[in-house]
Amino acid sequence: MNLEKLTCHEIHDLLKSREITSTEVTSAVISRIESQEPDVHAYITTTFDEALEQARIVDKEIGRGKELSPLTGIPIAIKDNMCTKGIKTTCGSKMLHNFIPPYDAFVIQRLKEAGAIIVGKTNMDEFAMGSSTETSYFGPTKNPCNLEYVPGGTSGGSAAAVAAHEAIMALGSDTGGSIRQPASFCGVVGLKPTYGRVSRFGLIAHASSFDQIGPITKDVTDAALLMKVISGYDPADSTSVKVDVPDYLSYLTGDMKGIKIGIPDEYFAQGIDSNVKSTVLEAINLITKIGAECENISMPHTEYAIPCYYILVASEASSNLARYDGVQYGYRDTSVQNLVEMYSKIRTDGFGSEVKRRIMLGTYALSSGYYDAYYLQAQKMRTLIKQDFDKAFEKYDALITPVSPFPAFKIGEKTNDPLQMYLADIYTVTINLAGLPAISIPCGFSKNGLPIGLQIICKPFDEQMIFKIAFAVEKHLDRAKK
Amino acid sequence: MAITKKEIDQVCSLARLELSSSERDEFTCQIDSILGYVAKINELDTSNILPTSHPIPLTNVMREDERGESLPIEDVLSNAPDERKGYFCVPKIIEGE
Repeated sequence: MNLEKLTCHEIHDLLKSREITSTEVTSAVISRIESQEPDVHAYITTTFDEALEQARIVDKEIGRGKELSPLTGIPIAIKDNMCTKGIKTTCGSKMLHNFIPPYDAFVIQRLKEAGAIIVGKTNMDEFAMGSSTETSYFGPTKNPCNLEYVPGGTSGGSAAAVAAHEAIMALGSDTGGSIRQPASFCGVVGLKPTYGRVSRFGLIAHASSFDQIGPITKDVTDAALLMKVISGYDPADSTSVKVDVPDYLSYLTGDMKGIKIGIPDEYFAQGIDSNVKSTVLEAINLITKIGAECENISMPHTEYAIPCYYILVASEASSNLARYDGVQYGYRDTSVQNLVEMYSKIRTDGFGSEVKRRIMLGTYALSSGYYDAYYLQAQKMRTLIKQDFDKAFEKYDALITPVSPFPAFKIGEKTNDPLQMYLADIYTVTINLAGLPAISIPCGFSKNGLPIGLQIICKPFDEQMIFKIAFAVEKHLDRAKK
Repeated sequence: MAITKKEIDQVCSLARLELSSSERDEFTCQIDSILGYVAKINELDTSNILPTSHPIPLTNVMREDERGESLPIEDVLSNAPDERKGYFCVPKIIEGE
């Protein structure tokens, strides 16, 4: 049996019935990482010794009759912007190439309590800025479906690791599509939770009013299992919200009767690849057949989402990244004898081009004289975009759209034109502007055999409805394929 | 042009970044094209719209002022590029005697 190819819930059943051990699963995943990494490069750091040690501890506990949580003994990969105590956390940047956090992020504490086994830290765009994992200081990750193509970004390492069976599941983070777009490019499941659902404590900040951590998994059931572990209120994150965490698994019924779904016209307009359009429309057809009511609607402010998003995100990033001064941690040049020169030297050498571009854009948008025209105006557009969603959710339980206007693109295809790269995020950034939960699930392939994702968007804190719909669609799409 | 090279220099000095002359040309051109595109947000009249800073309604979070656990000083300094006697060290700030 190829243990690394199983899902979390399949492995859980085998661990529970004592047919396999966590050490066997962890060893299988490690062998897979060793064989795939020369091609895929999903990881920045691997932690094999610690993982095997943890697996042995878990196996002993199971042997003693300790009850298993759904994640006990499961090898998991973590995006390299979440702090892991004693394990290097680089954020894909030279600036933090040697940073070893003295504490665990909230989600890491939760995973450890659940008995999950961390096998490594995954590659990402530098400081989570990009759409292809090409801006990483440590070199690009390749798409396991076709090594000439990008895996998407910024959680490209996590999505590629899961798709290549180099991890059973993974955590990513999503500021403007960074979980959903790589999940769609690599053919796996990726959920961006409601803003405030998962604590950001220990997540290295990019744009604080947008960032959320979420699961990247092989199927919808695994996403629900991982969400249950990482969700909930954390006093250490003042934007985390006190809302009960439902039993997500109980919503995986396959029943779609009576669910009302809106299909926004603007997400199928010009610029969309014909393969993506037809594949997503076919999936919507199937959704209608299994009992949901689908109607076309209009979200009139969609065309302003990309400009609004990039102004706000660059502004927040320019402020968040002001902390990198080489004093307390990170990259330092000791040759400079003057403090201000030291700051400039460190930031000039430590940040890559895309990070510098965004810091400059944000600094400009926040500077006096331009604040009203850019930052304030973008905040007002954010209100209008959010109102489009509020209005839609008065009538519908969910909205369904494509995740990306095209399937994965070739490595190097968009690196010389930042604006073209930004436009790739058109269907995902709206969700972060409005703080909503949304999932990407695989719904078919392009003519070239590249995966295409379907995006399901729901009301704030209604992840359970997302799971309900996603599970039903996954089940029926599998059946349609067979 | 939405942005000039002089303005790029000003932004760089605010953000503590230095550009080589070829980077200066390249970034000016790229940021100009991005600013040209994002100017689109000024198409609509938003005089009666309130700005949104966070997607969910947030209120100020208060807690009791209780003493908690802090990280040990060795852990705090463990990543410091230059530390002496329990302090972070930087180049001299005040010039002169």
